[in-house]
Amino acid sequence: MENIIYMDHAATTPVDPEVLEAMEPWLREQFGNPTTLYSLGLVAHGAMEQARTSIAERLGAKPEEIHFTSGGTESDNWAVKGIADALQNKGKHLITSTIEHHAILEPMEFLEKRGYEVTRVPVDSTGLVDPEEVRGAIRPDTILISIMHANNEVGTIEPISEIGAIAREAGVTFHTDAVQTVGKIAMDVEALNVDALSLSGHKLYGPKGIGALYIRNRVRVTPLMHGGAQERRRRAGTHNVPGIIGLAKALELATDRMAEESVRERGLRDRLWAGLQERIPDIALNGHPTLRLDNTLNFRVEGIEGEAMILCLDMNLIGVSSGSACTTGSLEPSHVLLAMGIPAEYAHGSLRLTLGHSNSDLDIDYFLDTFPGVVSRLRDMSPVYNKPVA
Amino acid sequence: MYSEAVMDHFRNPRNMGVIENADGVGEVGNPTCGDMMRITIKVKEDRLDDVKFQTLGCGAAVATSSMVTEMAIGKTLEEAEDISNKSVAESLGGLPPQKMHCSNLAADGLHEAIKDYRARHSGEPATT
Repeated sequence: MENIIYMDHAATTPVDPEVLEAMEPWLREQFGNPTTLYSLGLVAHGAMEQARTSIAERLGAKPEEIHFTSGGTESDNWAVKGIADALQNKGKHLITSTIEHHAILEPMEFLEKRGYEVTRVPVDSTGLVDPEEVRGAIRPDTILISIMHANNEVGTIEPISEIGAIAREAGVTFHTDAVQTVGKIAMDVEALNVDALSLSGHKLYGPKGIGALYIRNRVRVTPLMHGGAQERRRRAGTHNVPGIIGLAKALELATDRMAEESVRERGLRDRLWAGLQERIPDIALNGHPTLRLDNTLNFRVEGIEGEAMILCLDMNLIGVSSGSACTTGSLEPSHVLLAMGIPAEYAHGSLRLTLGHSNSDLDIDYFLDTFPGVVSRLRDMSPVYNKPVA
Repeated sequence: MYSEAVMDHFRNPRNMGVIENADGVGEVGNPTCGDMMRITIKVKEDRLDDVKFQTLGCGAAVATSSMVTEMAIGKTLEEAEDISNKSVAESLGGLPPQKMHCSNLAADGLHEAIKDYRARHSGEPATT
């Protein structure tokens, strides 16, 4: 298999070699179940609790507030369904935004069909949620607000601390999907004013199949997974010890490298965007110009379609993602771009690039050399793009 | 996801472009859907002498429009009207189920172009 220039780190990331090394013993000779009472189990249990503490420290949380799950989707499902269920005697109104990941939107819709009411707060043209809109949506029967920390498609970073403060003032439980920010932005659950927070291992160079849900002490959440007594009887299932060790190691490495890596990726990303704007007419940024993840570049290309761009780039060994309908698997393009007021035809012609560890200046150069040709080719083929190509 | 035939047509599209002073023009789809084709045809003695396509759309959209032009050139108008979405998809070795709707556009585009030609020439004696 040939090496591709991978620019889709928001979709997933490779496991860091140091993470794999840390995980290995727990896949081999240290295979114990942490709830068993003999040495093999006790050793696994010790390592797991160390991992829990390590993760908690990096989030400004207490160890017992960290609960391991199978990933971001489970954490999101648990937060929404678990909190809604636990507090249903207080009310059945939920607030979220129009640009959340499907792992939040789908559970919300699921609850809507079961007698809950959901208010979906809109975003502006850059993808920002206005805290005042959230405040305005709060009712006496509101029991949960869930707003993502940063959007996975356009990278816009939401004002979580402000929204959290508003939620706290109103006595409403506040959850954030931080799947795209943990490991990229320094975070502290106190500073963020959150009661619950989701994270996922494979977005930060950890393994797939592991994540966590931070739940502030005294916040009530009904379990999603019933069975054994793991995670203080809140999330049943034999612990994925290798995954847990991997997650902790990945977060440790990401935190250590965070300052340097974010500057590096931002530099590459900004050079890429500047270079594209010089070389290709009729393209525009989707997202906030500054309040945006350092590695994310989502832009629309007039007159052509997203999947076709992905295929052409793949032919040139470059891997990226798109907001077109063909890639969402439905007839609608990205709900995030549409929520930002981007017309459907532009949403269909949008590309998302998310840089990461493996990307270098050479990758940027290669993309800048290759992509204009892709655009010309597809614009020649397009029945709607009429302007002369640069 | 795509067959070799689809990727071949995507990489090397046949008959891409516009016929100047076309005898018929068919346009289907729209940019709002992310899928649009313009087919232009040249007709000589009731046969498709030339067919060209322009497409805004995914891999399947490009491949099906390219394939339909290849299937249509040289055929009589009646034969071309018989080209179906299914036959286009079959000629490409099949399409993933979620992409079948893309194949609809290609055959429809060709039929629209022929319809346009017929509308322009209605009232003329039929050629033998």
